[in-house]
Amino acid sequence: MKEVQIDVGRCVGCKSCEIACAVEHSAGKELFGAIFEEPQPRKRIFVQHAGEKSVPVNCRHCEEAFCVRVCPTGAMYRQGAIVLHNRNLCIGCGFCELACPFGAITRSPGSKLVTKCDLCPDREIPACVSACPTNALSFTTPEEAQRKKRRTLAEQMFLP
Amino acid sequence: MGEKSVDKASLSMLDKAAQEGIETAWDRYEKQQPQCGFGLLGLCCRHCNMGPCRIDPFGEEPQEGICGATADTIAARHLLRMIAAGAAAHSDHGRDIVTTLYETAEGEAQGYQIKDEGKLRALAAEFGIPEEGRSKEDVARDLAREAMEEFGMVKGTLNFLNRVPEKRRQLWEKLGIAPRGIDREIVEAMHRTHMGVDNDYVNLTLHGVRTGLSDGWGGSMFATEFSDVLFGTPQPVRGKSNLGVLKEDQVNIVVHGHEPVLSEMIVQAAKDEELIAAAREKGAQGINVCGMCCTGNEILMRHGVPVAGNFLQQELAVITGVVDAMVVDVQCIMPALTQVAKCYHTKLISTSPKARFPEMEHVPFSERTALDTARQIVKMAVDNYPRRNKDRIQVPDEEMEYMAGFSVEAILKALGGSLNPLLDAIKAGQIKGIAAVVGCNNPKVTQDSGHLTITRELIKNDVLVVQTGCAAIACAKAGLLLPEAADQAGPGLSAVCKALGIPPVLHMGSCVDISRILVTAAAIANALGVDISDLPAAGAAPEWMSEKAVSIGSYVVGSGVFTVLGTVPQVLGAKKFTELLTKGAQDVLGAAFAVETDPLKAAELIIEHIAAKRKGLGLEA
Ligand code: SF4
Ligand code: SF4
Ligand code: SF4
Repeated sequence: MKEVQIDVGRCVGCKSCEIACAVEHSAGKELFGAIFEEPQPRKRIFVQHAGEKSVPVNCRHCEEAFCVRVCPTGAMYRQGAIVLHNRNLCIGCGFCELACPFGAITRSPGSKLVTKCDLCPDREIPACVSACPTNALSFTTPEEAQRKKRRTLAEQMFLP
Repeated sequence: MGEKSVDKASLSMLDKAAQEGIETAWDRYEKQQPQCGFGLLGLCCRHCNMGPCRIDPFGEEPQEGICGATADTIAARHLLRMIAAGAAAHSDHGRDIVTTLYETAEGEAQGYQIKDEGKLRALAAEFGIPEEGRSKEDVARDLAREAMEEFGMVKGTLNFLNRVPEKRRQLWEKLGIAPRGIDREIVEAMHRTHMGVDNDYVNLTLHGVRTGLSDGWGGSMFATEFSDVLFGTPQPVRGKSNLGVLKEDQVNIVVHGHEPVLSEMIVQAAKDEELIAAAREKGAQGINVCGMCCTGNEILMRHGVPVAGNFLQQELAVITGVVDAMVVDVQCIMPALTQVAKCYHTKLISTSPKARFPEMEHVPFSERTALDTARQIVKMAVDNYPRRNKDRIQVPDEEMEYMAGFSVEAILKALGGSLNPLLDAIKAGQIKGIAAVVGCNNPKVTQDSGHLTITRELIKNDVLVVQTGCAAIACAKAGLLLPEAADQAGPGLSAVCKALGIPPVLHMGSCVDISRILVTAAAIANALGVDISDLPAAGAAPEWMSEKAVSIGSYVVGSGVFTVLGTVPQVLGAKKFTELLTKGAQDVLGAAFAVETDPLKAAELIIEHIAAKRKGLGLEA
């Protein structure tokens, strides 16, 4: 199963991922129209700065998802490897928000109902990943991501 | 974007490029996708080193820059800087022409002459310079000096404002936007957009219009008028267009860029018997000078020189493998040319001290030694001819005839000496109105499709189209600049064109020659005793990309002409500012912008606008 992988060292903090995320979650899925939509579409990835670095943070679709566990209505639920949110069942209590260790959950504009990363069901590759100009984000399996790191390590050991 | 181009010549060269592994603007455009959302929306500011700052386009934090600048301030400041850059480009070109006229009058410019003495004397009268009984050189010297003053700070406002209809001039005075000096407005634009100066988007926009007006009714107008004095006022002339004008058996020199000062001399030098003999010696049949972009337009307007293509064809010309030299001056010259040319024998030669390119050979050009330098450049092309790689040559067959050269003077002549036949045709509804379709190419739009779709739709609906720049080259390649194209026009326009023997699409010159369109619009408004904004007229820039186009847009709207943009300007993230440009401006200036990326819908907007304006004048829609 592919996940959004983050190579922190490559992030330049441009926030292209944030914009692409909001556009993908708009009705028209097109930038120039999206900014005029009501309610305004909301991003589900957050570029968090830490000193001179920046780190894109989004939902990790946890196996033992705290958000799912605390949700009293079943609005937050797991489907296969993905954690999804059903707006119709959400009562806006915000317990999932409290429970998520990464701050990956946010409220909808003008409402207490929450929203979060859904891995872009209409796309093969999530919008944030396609938008990232530096490849700080990639969409691969954890195995492939780890293999890549091992390959880099190995090359460092043997190449002059 | 769908197809890359509607031009078969472009497409065949793009195939060749792909086979040979050569990158063009279209490939680089792909690599830039997706483009930065903040940039596209005009929400990024780099005007000081507290920044860069960005505004969230979806209403989240942050909504202000570090200094407190809002989206509207940031986008308005940025657009004003674009206008300033565009106005600077046109006006600096104008300054070069003024200088050339001065040096010609002083006898210090090699190879130049005052070709249109009548126009010189008419301009002198306009500027209050005594001319009776004086030599043309004396008059030219005084006129050029007077023009130089206009670049700095004049007492009052620019002289060419005397051409503007009274109502419009009063409006500018009332709004405080009558330009007071060409360089001055540009400098003030840079001052105002410095951190912490002008933060009011309305005030910034008004100065944007003033800066634009200093280009349209100043820098560009000097470029046009003084070029006519030096090189002759264009008259209808025929020539050929598209990449097929490059000849396999000749030494091909492409002059690319914007100013006529150098290209005129190259055209002259290429006729030199000695150089032609040298070309023959190398096995070529002759020397073929072709234009590209607006330098191309300048020489095609005056000499019917073939034009090899418009903006997005500059790399493609090199890819034919038969361009022996490409000589460039200033503006719209892609730095990528050096990379493309490395794969062929083409010698690229830069000439302007203002425009150098890494790894490009530089032959410094100055008016004082103009003809010698031009000969040297032609010689370099001739010497380069035998270095062609025979296996890499492929010249597209596409070649189309055009009729160009429609200066205001030429249009008047075609009308029999007065505007009346045109006014009568407009009043009778044979011609519904006039639209200016101008501007660049942009890989965001299928090359030429914007220009051609709008133009065809407009003439079909009896709207006379006037053009300049790369838009005009697009229409030349499609055969729309021929009198025969009248068959594609509506019955009214078609009948008028056939009676006068003119095409339904009039090529009025290079981008600075939009000043000719202003002069025409002003003359029509004056003849009818109305403001320009009352005329059934509109503008369109279907494939615009350059900052010069932003300056043009601001002076065209500022002069009272509704303008449709075919590529989205970087402002939409600033909602109030966008509202001002697309609606509010209408109440203040009597004209506004529209943004419409679908060229058919853009044509519809223009046709509706013209119908509404006709109604306002009491004419039948
Ligand atoms: S919202 Fe937070 S807790 Fe829930 S699955 Fe995503 S990262 Fe895990
Ligand atoms: S798009 Fe990539 S580089 Fe830019 S902020 Fe997001 S993760 Fe970082
Ligand atoms: S001028 Fe203001 S908005 Fe622009 S970079 Fe400086 S602080 Fe940021």
